Amino acid sequence: MKLEMRPQPSSFWSYASPILALLITVAIGIGLFMALGKDPVKGLQVFFWEPVRSPYALGELLVKATPLLIIALGLAVCFRSNVWNIGAEGQFVMGALAAGGIALLADKTTGPWIIPAILAAGVLGGMAWAGITAFLRDRFNANEILVSLMLVYVAELILNYMVFGPWKDPAGYNFPQTRTFEAVTQIPRLMQGSRVTVGILLALAGVAALWLYLYRTYAGFAQEVSGQAPAAARYAGFSSRRALWVALLISGGAAGLAGALEVAGPIGQLTPYVPAGYGFAAIIVAFVGRLHPVGVVFSAILMSMFYIGGELAQSRLGLPKSITGVFQGLLLFNLLACDTLIAYRLQLFKPLPVSAQGGR
Amino acid sequence: MDSTALLLAATLSAGTVLAIASLGLLINEKAGIVNLGAEGMMLCAAIAGFATVIHTGNTWLGFAAGMAAGAFLAAIFGGLVIWLNTNQYATGLALTLFGTGFSAFAGIKYVQEKLPEQTQYPIPYLADIPFFGPALFRQHPMVYVAMALTGGLIWFLYRTRAGLVLRSVGESPESAHALGYPVRRIRLAAVMAGGALCGLAGAYVSLVYTPLWVEGMIAGKGWIALALTTFATWRPARVLLGAYLFGGVTMLQFHLQGLGVNVPSQLLSMLPYLATIVVLVLISRNPLWIRVNMPSSIGKPFYPGA
Repeated sequence: MKLEMRPQPSSFWSYASPILALLITVAIGIGLFMALGKDPVKGLQVFFWEPVRSPYALGELLVKATPLLIIALGLAVCFRSNVWNIGAEGQFVMGALAAGGIALLADKTTGPWIIPAILAAGVLGGMAWAGITAFLRDRFNANEILVSLMLVYVAELILNYMVFGPWKDPAGYNFPQTRTFEAVTQIPRLMQGSRVTVGILLALAGVAALWLYLYRTYAGFAQEVSGQAPAAARYAGFSSRRALWVALLISGGAAGLAGALEVAGPIGQLTPYVPAGYGFAAIIVAFVGRLHPVGVVFSAILMSMFYIGGELAQSRLGLPKSITGVFQGLLLFNLLACDTLIAYRLQLFKPLPVSAQGGR
Repeated sequence: MDSTALLLAATLSAGTVLAIASLGLLINEKAGIVNLGAEGMMLCAAIAGFATVIHTGNTWLGFAAGMAAGAFLAAIFGGLVIWLNTNQYATGLALTLFGTGFSAFAGIKYVQEKLPEQTQYPIPYLADIPFFGPALFRQHPMVYVAMALTGGLIWFLYRTRAGLVLRSVGESPESAHALGYPVRRIRLAAVMAGGALCGLAGAYVSLVYTPLWVEGMIAGKGWIALALTTFATWRPARVLLGAYLFGGVTMLQFHLQGLGVNVPSQLLSMLPYLATIVVLVLISRNPLWIRVNMPSSIGKPFYPGA
């Protein structure tokens, strides 16, 4: 068996590779269920059928897909620009904190103007947090992977400090949480009987905006070139510093927006459990979605299925919820491995000496 | 016991985790591979070691299990990045995400378990010296292993032929390949050795440092270990010193709390992470410092004959 470099990347495999990766992940999942003595058919049902079988279930699927999609859109810009922002989880938390701070200002007399203020605070909170990484990278050349990641831990500790300290609900039986936000701060729901909010519309608008930015604007083109080919970008006069800042501010703002939508939406207060790992899962969403705005929609829904499947696996099959993380990690592994087929051809047999292909 | 001596002892213990992991990552990086999966490997090793000790009662088997788990995961990572030329950053991240999930999954039934009583290992006579005894010579043997590893690695990298080959593979895989060295196999060996050391460090956390299992208990130590290799500009002796420095910062928070300093515990807990950022900034602002010892081909894929 041998890998041979293709003369040109295969466009077939760039679409087929995520599907193959998912199939391999499912196959491993079946093996895992059998090894644990669970019925694999039931296991697959829990992950792929239960989350879509009723309107309510579909709603829940969208509830979880919304933050994943919004964060992954931002990360797609980052990774396309070769900026390794791994700290979306921290930017999410800071967005949630800023949004929560505004939501706590509301009282019985507050008007619905508070909603835009909450969302703006979330975006700014996330941008500010990502901005630290951008500044340290730009000014001091500090590695953005490590800085953004360290800031995740710092953000979580700030959140803990606020909910254990200054913002703790005095009437909360000493639980580390803020008081429940006023009803007026609740992000409007899309329809009755479902927890889906207008956040999903914002996410879809983001998909369209990103598509336009990347494929229809000069700035988006310059952004990508600056990241992928710095030398060419310099020659063309594109600024790589600008690309760095744009990438981090967009992704930080997106993660912050997702945080705001979560706390003023499904959660409704600040607690230490606001960080739910969406920031990390969104990294997988971005890659599995090929860093493409439309691809990210599909992978966000898939990853949301994994989340819901994990929760159901806990109640139905008696498996720990963390099985979600196992499958998410496996999927990314498999995708990276399958992506090899885009640039390389797999040769199962040694080529004949006089090969018409003219390979090496 | 003198509280300063206690702080020093705790610093050595905390630094040992970082030192062992970071030395492992240094071996990787000297061969030209960056493994962002350290956190995930350490978590899996922590639970593997912990479960082994629960079932066998033997701490040394626990360490062996941790090393095996780390080496095994590193082998998967190595296979992907070295033979399939996948992106090293993305693959390492995948390993961390998988390791975080898998360790939580596998560890769920060990959350309430307790380890058998830890035995102390005082060094005869030396441990009785006032101040220095409790500070330096009542440690777990792994503390001395970290020091010995540092010395061994210096000797290996700069005094042996194999070390020279390893470094050449990280500097210029093309030349090493042209000289007939099996670049990819050497890289895999380096990655697995790095994984084994990360595994050892992870097992040390769950067996000695905080002898219990909690989900996500590595709490960024893998990432700090990665930062340490940069901080140390890829020199083993500086890795050890940096590890103790960070160990000291980690321990300072408990010490300050003990002294009754009126700062919220969450703010003190930020110290190690903030220190990492500050140190990265200080070391990175001068590109020359970094570049002197940095392996030239770090992070770049190698495809023989391409």
